[in-house]
Amino acid sequence: MSDAPPKGLTSWLTTTDHKRIGLLYFWTAFGFFLIGGLEALVIRAQLAQPNGHVVSAETFNQLFTMHGTTMVFLALMPLSAAFFNYIIPLQIGARDVAFPRLNAFSYWVFLLGGLLLNASWLVGPLFHAGALNVAPDGGWFGYANLTERQFSPGPNIDFWQLGLQILGISSLAAGFNFIVTILNMRAPGMTMMRLPVFVWMTLVTQFLIITAFPVITVALVFLMFDRLFGAHFYLTSAGATPLLWQHLFWLFGHPEVYILILPAMGVVSEVLPTFARKPLFGYTVVVYSGILIGLMGWGVWSHHMFSVGLGPIADSVFASTTMLIAIPTGVKIFNWIGTLWGGSIRGTTALKFAVGFIAMFIIGGLSGVSHASPPADLQQTDTYYVVAHIHYVLFGGTVLGLFAGIYYWWPKMTGRLLSESLGRWHFWLQFIGMNLAFFPMHLIGLLGMPRRVYTYSPELGVGSLNLVSTVGAFLIGVSILVFLLNVWRSGRRGQAAPNDPWGGATLEWSISSPPPVYNFSVIPTVTSRLPRWKTEHHEPMRDPPAIPPAPIHVPGGSWWPLVAACGFPVMALSVLAHTLWLVFVGAAILIFGIYRWAYEPFEV
Amino acid sequence: MSVQEGGTAMHEEGSLEHPVHPTADVYLRVGAVLVILTVLEVGVFYVPAFHPVLVPVLLVLSAAKFTLVVMFYMHLKADSKFFTFLFGVPLLLAVGVMVALLFLFLGALTLRGAAGPG
Amino acid sequence: MAHAATTHHTSLGLDNRKVAFWAFIGSECLLFTALISTYLVYKGRSVVGPYPHEILNIPFTSVSTFDLLMSSLMMVLALAAVQRGDMKWGKIWLFSTALLGLVFLGGQVIEFTEFVHKGLTLSTNLFGCTFFVLTGTHGAHVAVGVLWLLTLWMRALQGKLGPANAMTVEITGLYWHFVDVVWIVIFTVVYLIQ
Repeated sequence: MSDAPPKGLTSWLTTTDHKRIGLLYFWTAFGFFLIGGLEALVIRAQLAQPNGHVVSAETFNQLFTMHGTTMVFLALMPLSAAFFNYIIPLQIGARDVAFPRLNAFSYWVFLLGGLLLNASWLVGPLFHAGALNVAPDGGWFGYANLTERQFSPGPNIDFWQLGLQILGISSLAAGFNFIVTILNMRAPGMTMMRLPVFVWMTLVTQFLIITAFPVITVALVFLMFDRLFGAHFYLTSAGATPLLWQHLFWLFGHPEVYILILPAMGVVSEVLPTFARKPLFGYTVVVYSGILIGLMGWGVWSHHMFSVGLGPIADSVFASTTMLIAIPTGVKIFNWIGTLWGGSIRGTTALKFAVGFIAMFIIGGLSGVSHASPPADLQQTDTYYVVAHIHYVLFGGTVLGLFAGIYYWWPKMTGRLLSESLGRWHFWLQFIGMNLAFFPMHLIGLLGMPRRVYTYSPELGVGSLNLVSTVGAFLIGVSILVFLLNVWRSGRRGQAAPNDPWGGATLEWSISSPPPVYNFSVIPTVTSRLPRWKTEHHEPMRDPPAIPPAPIHVPGGSWWPLVAACGFPVMALSVLAHTLWLVFVGAAILIFGIYRWAYEPFEV
Repeated sequence: MSVQEGGTAMHEEGSLEHPVHPTADVYLRVGAVLVILTVLEVGVFYVPAFHPVLVPVLLVLSAAKFTLVVMFYMHLKADSKFFTFLFGVPLLLAVGVMVALLFLFLGALTLRGAAGPG
Repeated sequence: MAHAATTHHTSLGLDNRKVAFWAFIGSECLLFTALISTYLVYKGRSVVGPYPHEILNIPFTSVSTFDLLMSSLMMVLALAAVQRGDMKWGKIWLFSTALLGLVFLGGQVIEFTEFVHKGLTLSTNLFGCTFFVLTGTHGAHVAVGVLWLLTLWMRALQGKLGPANAMTVEITGLYWHFVDVVWIVIFTVVYLIQ
């Protein structure tokens, strides 16, 4: 079997190779990250001064809604998925994931869902709207009953609820795939407690996905039925309550934030040991903390609802559970610091981002703990203080963590090194930029500026702070340009990467960069948590030979995941166009794709 | 009707489990119990004397049916404990969520009593 | 579904598809919990009728429940037959399961039509929307199951189903029994506890 990957557009459209799918996720997600970033820059331009008139109020609503929705569902989750796809099979010593075609299906559904959602920026005229843009405008959490037909008569919210349902299918499919892969396809000797922490955090994340996404699906279906068929799930006139939406959304929404942060925590847990030349401090504790965070994350959701009048008992219960969840999180931070302590530190870009993650996440965690107190939260909620919190944990946390992963695994995934000096510029510009952008928001919020307002009056006295924040945001933009320059340079004349540029401990470093299509010429047998390092008890493993001793079967590609995926946007279109028969066409495409998929000869 | 299932078709080379399958006999008896439990459920519904204990009795009866189908028809009892874990954790989570929502909406967690959600 | 049975080594010694499917069933628990919880939370809050006690037909639904329970029995007999290589009975039981599933769906159609005639629709009141979305979602699951079963039955007719791919039937069974189990909960919580 040739270990050179096939070429051409068809090979990409039909790929079932986890490495290719990982790259597809990466580039697509990064594209959406740039779009979400542009949306943020326009928001910041509008808010740079009081009474700004960069955009109208309606467009502003669409901007912050799409910024949030894009960043959460189209950028951060898929960027994490890029690493799940590329790295997990390598770290567990497998040749691919459990269900390669389902994997491809997840990607195509994600792409199509993201395109559908963003199409709303341009298709206003098709809906006889007064403007080009009819993007979702109800906030990324779409509270009822603002999202009901009465208050949102246009197609904006329909794009949102349909897009999210489609994206949910993508995430669910991937969730099942990775659970089976991690549990059932580990190399011989790789017991659960020898798994890299990134794999463990991914496993917990996937369980969160498969349990939380059904709940938001139901919430969205209810909204769809209200908007399409005159149901009353969230309408008080019929005896219902908009609070049902909030509960269902946050039952999903809180696990979702752990879905967003755990993978980044996993990345950091890989990067720190490598560049401290020291095993992760307290591996077992870190793993159990991750599991605890996942479980406890289900018990805190109403801390997003402290201002709705749940009553003192409910408030107290959720306040307590929220404070408790800070414990396993804090424990991990001590373990990371303990990993660095006494280590032989190499200050690579990846390490900078990982350390930056720790520092920024601590700040975000502190503001989070302050939210845990209902009386304090009554002051903070719906103000910029919360925006500060979420951006410290999601940008300072997830984004910095993912960039650590990007710099760490880039050589493995592309076969080239990124420039460390450009990386340094990227890191510092981004680090300074984010603190300039988000730290003032703590103050802006406490001084009384609400979230989601398209402008503010000069009397509020937050003009200069907002200006500083805007400068910081644009600095982040510059840092991303530096990163893109680094990527471009690396592609054109970057140094070729050896198998193991960093001296890593885990299996992915035992094979070439990028790996051959079959990953491992011989599946390794694992005898320790750090297979490639010499430890007290183990010699380093011998890397698999460059030439496989026996022919290795690699499954071919398949069109059916892409075909089946196309059924969903067609079904969504039937809602947007109020044309019933389209739903049957879409369903027929999906079913046709599934049948051909099921009966296609395909050997893993 | 005590044909021995299992073992025969499940012999993959060392990679799949070899559980002892219940016989068709067991399946039929479970089926009969399910029917009886359903009759009891409907009976409890119609017999006025049971109305004070309607809810707990029905919950117990339906839980029994649920358990029987899952343990025997879905084979959870005989299969690897791992499947029980894989199903059990989300199930427990689901029950917890339902109970929490009932408390949150039906006023039991507010000092205002049955005033309902805010 | 019907490709060669996996003989790959697996870490847990369990079939990948079976592990995936139990994870899927776990996920579905949360789906139905959200639907059922909504039904329960909105129970008794409809501002206008028709109300449950006015139109729910317990005798009719009891027969539907019995039908679905028997279909589960037939499903498990189908699996047993396929596992021991008795494809004659395998086909009979598979078809019977699908048939009883269709009967259940027919019952749902009759019930829904009745309700609409009595003035209960998706948009009438809270009972209407919560009831129809909950039981409709369940019914959609049954419909998918029937399609799945008939597909398997046709594969069996073509001689392409046998003990070697009995796992396919087992997984179909897991799906079917789960759908039955959800109905057990719905029957109790919606129909019997009013």
